[in-house]
Amino acid sequence: MQPLSIAGKEFHSRLFLGTGKFGSLTQMRDAVLASGSELVTVALKRMDLETDTDGMVVSLQHPGINLLPNTSGARNAKEAVFAAQLAREALETNWLKLEIHPDPKYLLPDARETLKATEELAKLGFVVLPYIHADPVLCKQLEDAGTAAVMPLGSPIGSNKGLKTADFLEIIIEQSKVPVVIDAGIGTPSHAAAAMEMGADAVLVNTAIAVAGDPVAMARAFSLSVEAGRIAYEAKLATPIKHAVASSPLTAFLHD
Amino acid sequence: MTSFIDIFHTYGWKDIQHSIATKTHADVERALYASHRTLEDFKALISPAALPYLETMAQMSQQLTQKRFGKTIQLFAPMYLSNECNNICTYCGFSFDNRVKRKTLTESEIRQEIDVILNNGFKHILLVTGESDAHVNIDYFKKAIAAIKQSFANISIEFQPLSTAEYQTLHDAGVHSVLVYQETYHQDVYKTYHPKGRKSNFNYRLETPDRIGQAGMHKIGLGVLLGLEDWRTESFFCALHLDYLQRTYWQTKYSISFPRMRPAEGIIEPNVIVTDHDLVQMICAYRLFCEDVELSISTRESEKLRNNIIPLGITSMSAGSKTNPGGYAVEPTSLEQFEISDERSSKEIAALIARSGYEPLWKDWDLSFAR
Repeated sequence: MQPLSIAGKEFHSRLFLGTGKFGSLTQMRDAVLASGSELVTVALKRMDLETDTDGMVVSLQHPGINLLPNTSGARNAKEAVFAAQLAREALETNWLKLEIHPDPKYLLPDARETLKATEELAKLGFVVLPYIHADPVLCKQLEDAGTAAVMPLGSPIGSNKGLKTADFLEIIIEQSKVPVVIDAGIGTPSHAAAAMEMGADAVLVNTAIAVAGDPVAMARAFSLSVEAGRIAYEAKLATPIKHAVASSPLTAFLHD
Repeated sequence: MTSFIDIFHTYGWKDIQHSIATKTHADVERALYASHRTLEDFKALISPAALPYLETMAQMSQQLTQKRFGKTIQLFAPMYLSNECNNICTYCGFSFDNRVKRKTLTESEIRQEIDVILNNGFKHILLVTGESDAHVNIDYFKKAIAAIKQSFANISIEFQPLSTAEYQTLHDAGVHSVLVYQETYHQDVYKTYHPKGRKSNFNYRLETPDRIGQAGMHKIGLGVLLGLEDWRTESFFCALHLDYLQRTYWQTKYSISFPRMRPAEGIIEPNVIVTDHDLVQMICAYRLFCEDVELSISTRESEKLRNNIIPLGITSMSAGSKTNPGGYAVEPTSLEQFEISDERSSKEIAALIARSGYEPLWKDWDLSFAR
């Protein structure tokens, strides 16, 4: 499996993890380690930035794990940019998962505010990974704005419904100059494998692992499926044939 | 501007009560297996017909709650700032006609109280007062919030209903959520429970969540006082209110609390008894109706109920609470609003949550988002 490069940094795992929703920090850490993930996202709002002993951050201190702070809770570009600066200061990383969802019901991303914040944050030197709709035009606009990757959703966040946006994800993957990370809605290892076979550069999974009966085993299952899907993609999948090719009634005359 | 009143007045209490009472098992099953549940489905889920389905409802509620909120329980502490009150509420220890010495915390007393609350581990705080413009008004609130803002990640308030402009002021000052319970949606009897004071105006209270929404608060907390009137009908109106608010103030989060009447100084006996069974049905019905609403259980509830309720759909709990101003440090014996039932400390409740396979969440907000 080829390594993935985002903003000059190499990743040997193409599975990124979210850290919310786990039953305990120990369980979260064990699942992260079992997944082999090298990039895990942590919500700024969950972190206690005033002390050096935030449980979440401490439990993720491991040489192989990079933290990707996210702005979950921000309702507009202004709040997100401010939160990003706090996160950079507290965690000493300029990497940022940009999440702006003004709608607390389905947590759907605000395209206009996300584009605006990406422009500002890129200028401020952030490595921006924005969570967005599977909108191919928006992805190109984000590229122009200086995004490091795009993170389109497969289906509503936390829904476990899989790649409902598959047709648009294919267009995004086809057109993108930056890595494409499928972010939300991946509910099973087979969804993750399908995303990788499609040519996604990575996937981010949280709910499906965190609320599984055995989160550690599920993390391992996702790790295997992501790797399998990527190797299959690199090995060039056979094209599915949906029709018979035994005879050639339309072109047979050419050989007469 | 339209408000919930326009919708509320198209429904009649008796009609709704009858409609809930006549729901059938078929209605309940349709509600259980619907991909999107309507208010009619909610009626079925809170109806007597749903009783045989309670375990199924509880399992579905657990699954939906974990999918949305994960295996986490948010912890918060109430801090009573004042028990001064000009309202007569027949069920409340702070009622104006309850001739007991009153107390309003000063800024230095607030600091003493928060030291204890912080020491108990809390980062989310709920400020509570009675209604007394002379003692607890917008200027007092601003000072109180300024005094605690540096110490807490999330500030909620449960004050008297305020104007939109006042809510905006408090939002700008750093308040995240406002809780305002209608107490009862049964307008015909509302006045008998609230005979005197500004609170006796049913419509003004009913429109309060609209004003909070217009002010752009992050979260609005709803609820009814369980023990006054038929809880099934009350729950329908509360769900109707929630449904309206979610459509109208779509950027706002919502929570529902389940205050059950508890003993307090000088109050009436409950008119209806809401059992643990009823409470569980209510919690599951709200969860099945609305996946994203936060559901909160306070220390009014017994140890037994709180030990078992964690995996059923709730998302937040208070712990180690005092319901009197100064109760944590300054004046432990001042007049309390009601007796708490679960007296265990915050650390004991956190341990209980962990033993139940959930993570106690002390912090899930950052005031940096409030700028």
